Amino acid sequence: MAALDPRQHYGEGFDRFERALGAAAPGWLKALRKDAFGRFAELRFPSTKQEEWRYTSVAPIAERAFELASDGAAELSRDDVEHSSFPVYACSLFVFVNGCFAPRLSAPRALSGSPYVESLASVLEHAPERLEPQLAKLAPYDAASFVALNTAFLHDGALVQVPEGVTVEAPIHLVYLSLPDQNPRVSYPRTLVLIGRGSHATVIEDYVSVGAGLGFTNAVSEVRLESNAQLDLVRLQREGGNNFHVSDVHVEQARDSRFIAHDFSLGGALVRKDVSAHLAGEGAECTLDGLYIASSRELVDNHTLIDHARPHGTSRELYKGILSGAARGVFHGRIVVREGAQKTDARQTNKNLLLSRDAEVDSKPQLEIAADDVKCSHGSTIGQLDEASLFYLQTRGIDAPSARRFLMRAFASEVTSRIRQEPLRDEIEEILLERLAREETGVL
Amino acid sequence: MNAPLLEIEDLHASAGGEEILHGIDLVVRAGEVHAVMGPNGSGKSTLAGVLAGKPSIEVTRGKVSYFGRNLLDIAPEERAREGIFLAFQYPVEIPGVSNMYFLKTALNAGRRHRGQEELDAIDFLALVREKMKLMQIDEKMMNRSINEGFSGGEKKRNEVLQMAVLEPRLAILDETDSGLDIDALRIVSNGVNALRSPDRSMIVITHYQRLLDYIVPDFVHVLASGRIIKSGGKELALELEEKGYAWIDGGAGR
Repeated sequence: MAALDPRQHYGEGFDRFERALGAAAPGWLKALRKDAFGRFAELRFPSTKQEEWRYTSVAPIAERAFELASDGAAELSRDDVEHSSFPVYACSLFVFVNGCFAPRLSAPRALSGSPYVESLASVLEHAPERLEPQLAKLAPYDAASFVALNTAFLHDGALVQVPEGVTVEAPIHLVYLSLPDQNPRVSYPRTLVLIGRGSHATVIEDYVSVGAGLGFTNAVSEVRLESNAQLDLVRLQREGGNNFHVSDVHVEQARDSRFIAHDFSLGGALVRKDVSAHLAGEGAECTLDGLYIASSRELVDNHTLIDHARPHGTSRELYKGILSGAARGVFHGRIVVREGAQKTDARQTNKNLLLSRDAEVDSKPQLEIAADDVKCSHGSTIGQLDEASLFYLQTRGIDAPSARRFLMRAFASEVTSRIRQEPLRDEIEEILLERLAREETGVL
Repeated sequence: MNAPLLEIEDLHASAGGEEILHGIDLVVRAGEVHAVMGPNGSGKSTLAGVLAGKPSIEVTRGKVSYFGRNLLDIAPEERAREGIFLAFQYPVEIPGVSNMYFLKTALNAGRRHRGQEELDAIDFLALVREKMKLMQIDEKMMNRSINEGFSGGEKKRNEVLQMAVLEPRLAILDETDSGLDIDALRIVSNGVNALRSPDRSMIVITHYQRLLDYIVPDFVHVLASGRIIKSGGKELALELEEKGYAWIDGGAGR
């Protein structure tokens, strides 16, 4: 393959985008995109020489000529959506095809239980001044190529804005559906979640793919929690085997706010997720739970950062991985406790199940503590399925593959059981079971 | 006399590279209850492990046939579906899988294997509730993860509950009485006795004679250093209790 110059390739794409989709944007957004693209052109794609990317080579992304995926919603029906996603929250379902809002596939706004969801494109068209102070304020791109690229192509996505003092009962289900065709396609899902003082919402980011083409999802989410607000964020990555997924979540937490993330990665050619939470106010709580499953030659890399900037913050982090075949997992959990962030209570755990000799995991905790009155702990384990448990299940008539699935499911349940909405938890467990059934092929 | 259900001939078995069973012969016929007694380290649990198909035990010599089939060729799960049940000395805790779900899966795996229709949730619940009553296990316990946080007695009761639901042809109870107080021992024994029937056989492995006051065996075998050194009727257990293992073993028991 001829070496691809990402500056040139994405530069041409960017020019086309600016002339077509991006043309109608307000001046500040055009300037933002231009700046972001300029940054990407300087940074280009990260290399494994950079500490943050040491275990993950993005060469497979860099060397492919991904073209911007166009809005393919016209080719899809609601059946396709129901088939690839789950219809539990049909009345608050918002579908984005290749990053663009698809109203026809979504819940009718009039019937929707969530008047709090809008498409970024629509707000940019009708009231861009609402977004100017919020958009791209939390996800910095000066040192992050993928965020820069996503920002350069920013034109649509989801805005979830809950005003002060509102509890939104029905989970808001955002489906990011990628629809690659015969050419490699990239899409740039973008999410902005603003939860007002004392408000509470549950948001599901569901990344799926339809069809067998080669897709690259480059997603950025920004979350701002005002004081005493709470967001339960469920993220489900499941574009599948051929696809690439890189995503960044940036969370800013005011005083006494609570951020609870349940992050599921079901594998892909290359999955890289960064989550960073900035506990900017006193007494903020952050829970990051994650489960990653990878088989054959898949790679799933999770990088998390919890930044305790103020006193009395609490963070709980539990990431678990199930790796088979020649799959690789990476967990890098960084916890920063800044000077003055006294009485911080941070706990981090990473547990991995390796189902084959060739599977591999790199687990790296990184604690940077500049305060002296804090509780911080971390632990990491790597193990195999327990032989005694397998035998016990077999002696009750359960065949070996099913017994292995039982134990994998049991391993995963520590993460899934923390999802509070029961229908959602059941649905995700169902999805995991299906995924784990495929895990068998990778078992020795 | 009934046809033999289980025939063990000259069984030698090793674990961890060391031979533990040095030639066991035992015939169990339908409806019979055999007690296997012996001191610690005599090979009782190894014998149970061989019958259930424990992978870490290697059979080096001898034959085991079950209904005329070579048992040693059959995978543990198929043995279970064909009616062999092992009540574990140390039941395993499996967090994240509920007892109820586990037991339903196990029961239906056996039913499918035998060409019977699977039980749906309602019929299963009716069946299991009846057995739960017998074993004094409540629904809350059943909805918890397999054996997780159970006391020793609760784990053993749960083993017998599973046995009651799965209705095996050959039940092997591996020191089911160990560590039980008298109340738990009564519950467990009642559960086992309720399952005695002309077409169900049992091998009751125990260290203590006390259990045999509650589960009265047809035969008693004394295992020492990997061999059955004496067999007899139920009175042998009493004699053993009186005189101690040293009487039989000549003090050579390990």
